[in-house]
This record gives sequence, structure tokens and C-alpha cells, in this order.
Amino acid sequence: MAEFKLPANSIIKEGKTWPTPTGASRVKNFKIYRYDPDSGQNPRWDTFPIDLDDCAPMVLDALLKIKNEIDPTLTFRRSCREGICGSCAMNIGGSNTLACIKAIEDIPGDITISPLPHMEVVKDLVPDLTHFYAQYASIKPWMQTSTPAPQDRERLQSPEDRKKLDGLYECILCASCSTSCPSYWWNGDRYLGPAVLLQAYRWVIDSRDESTGERLDNLEDPFKLYRCHTIMNCTNTCPKGLNPAKAIGELKKMMVERLY
Amino acid sequence: MSLVTPLKKARGLGSAKAGTHHFWIQRVTAVALVPLTLWVAFTVAALSDKDYATVLTYFSSPFSAAMFSLFIFTAFYHAALGLQVVIEDYVHNEGVKIGALIGIKLFLALTGATSIIAVLLAAFGN
Repeated sequence: MAEFKLPANSIIKEGKTWPTPTGASRVKNFKIYRYDPDSGQNPRWDTFPIDLDDCAPMVLDALLKIKNEIDPTLTFRRSCREGICGSCAMNIGGSNTLACIKAIEDIPGDITISPLPHMEVVKDLVPDLTHFYAQYASIKPWMQTSTPAPQDRERLQSPEDRKKLDGLYECILCASCSTSCPSYWWNGDRYLGPAVLLQAYRWVIDSRDESTGERLDNLEDPFKLYRCHTIMNCTNTCPKGLNPAKAIGELKKMMVERLY
Repeated sequence: MSLVTPLKKARGLGSAKAGTHHFWIQRVTAVALVPLTLWVAFTVAALSDKDYATVLTYFSSPFSAAMFSLFIFTAFYHAALGLQVVIEDYVHNEGVKIGALIGIKLFLALTGATSIIAVLLAAFGN
């Protein structure tokens, strides 16, 4: 049954409020989720007042400023700082996005920052994505062919067929969409989630891949695919502006198409 | 501590190779219910101020009895498919889940069959 009694560490307590920087005219409060599972203590909201005149424009800039100048124990993932690596995906102001391409001024009032929802927390803003990556591996995200590759060149693809991959190949697997999906929250152990299903569709419609049927076979499952009820959280939250819900819809259409 | 690899966990028991029929029939019954529900709603509204004998006469028309029976069958079938999804979404205890899935189908089969037989009894004049 649904769990009505939540675990003790689901209660987030009020944490430390750091001093407001002196002489600052534009101060913004960053309320950041802090949790160290090894400590045995509950998670807490720490408040960091930041002088916006002394901070670069993106949310990731503020996080780096906090880590460099205020509290070096703040833990989060980041790498490319330009929205292509997917490392800094987190819940900012109530929706999942990438800290590096989310402008501070786009969020009115205090900014709350917490890890991607409904994932095990490793520390602070770092979620455990082991299962998410394993699900990605389970759809075999590489080209599968029986026909040997041409001797003298690569496998060719027409411009029209290449166009079908637009809106799919841009996915950076940041997990913003999957962790915004209630179906993934309740049944993430079996439901593949929007990110992995979008990637699965990317290989299903690749004109060079010859395993279309086997790929659809492996997806045809009440839990792996059909937990999607098209509520569109994935599409609303995608920081790259992609449409995982449409990709899942196309997969379902192909399932029906091969049935009749 | 589990030594099972993440990939084995993600693959689980593999694909059931099922679910498409359920998905498709849920949509087909939903679309079918649009005209059926409209027809039933208008019919019930039109009969609401008539006396019992007139309503019974109305059901003796083969078309009316068929439409009512079809509406009941489709609505209960659609409800069974939809409730199955709700249970699969939210019930995570395997025993309770199987019990609820079977129970809900038996309950809807009983209430649906009772409703259709009531229509047929009216149609054939008790």
C-alpha cells in the first residue's frame, strides 16, 4: 500500500541563517537543502543571503560563490556551466532545471534549492542516480545492426532521416524530467521514466538501427512504458526545451501500429 | 548489503510483452463513451417526467435497449481498465495488489451484469 507514515528524515528542519553581507543593496536569500545521511541528523534549510551586485547571474554562480566564500561544505555536482553536461540538475524554486542556465532574476523572492525530487540523497544537492543510469543502459543506447558496415565509409543516413533525431539527440540525461514525474516517483523501480524512454525512442527511429522490433519488444510492458499517463510534467520542466511526452506518445503509437 | 548489480535491478524480470491491448482498449472505450453517454443523458432527461409505464415502453424498443446495454458494458469495461491502472500505480504490496485487481473486476462484472439484466428485463416486459 501507499506509505502513509513517512520516515523520520523526511522532516526538514530550519537550519543556519548566515549573516547578511554588509553594505549590500540587492540581497537575495538562497534557502538550500542540506543533508548528510551519515550524520544521523535530519535535513535542514540553510539560508544564505547573497549580494546580487557581487555575484554572477546564474543560480550556479551563486552556489559556487557560497561554496567558495561562505560554506565550503555545501555539496553539489557541476561541470560544464553551460547546460550541456547535465550535472547541476536540481530543484530550483519548485521546478527541476539546470542551475547553470537558470538566471537568478527569473525567480521572484527567496530561492529554494533542493536535490532532484524522490531520489536517495548522497549529500546536500547530490542525488543517487545509479538506478537511473542502469535503466539507461538497459535500453541498449547504441546502434545495433545485422548488416555489416560498408567497407569504405560510415553508415549513411538521409537528411530527412537525420531530421527525425532532432529534439531527441539534444537530451543530456540530466534526469530533470524523470524526477519530476509522479509515475517515476511511485514506480521508478520498474517504470523507465521520460528521459530513458525518450532515449529509447531516439534509437527506435534511427534509420540506421536494425533492432527496432527487439527494442519495442523490450519496452512493451505495463510498467516499463505504460506507467506514463501523459501528465506532461517532463515536457514542462525539461531545461533543454525537449518533449519527452511526445516521444513516449510516438512509442505507444508504434506499439498499437504493430498490433493491428 | 546487496551485491546485485544496478543493471540486473534495472532489467528486473524483463518485459511482460503486454499492456498495449489494455492501453488501446482504454482509449477506444473512452471514445465510444462520448456518444453513448450523450445519448443516455438526453434519454434519461427526456424520460425524467414520464410515468413508469411509458419508461417501460421506451425500453421495449430494441435500439433503446441495445444502446443502454452497450453504454453499461462500455462504461463498466472502461472503469475496470482505469481502476486497474490506479491500483498498479499506487498499491505496492504484491498480495494486496493482486487481491484488489481481482476484487475490483469481480465487483464490476457483478454490478455491470446486474445493470444490463435490469435493462433486458425492462425490454422483455419482466
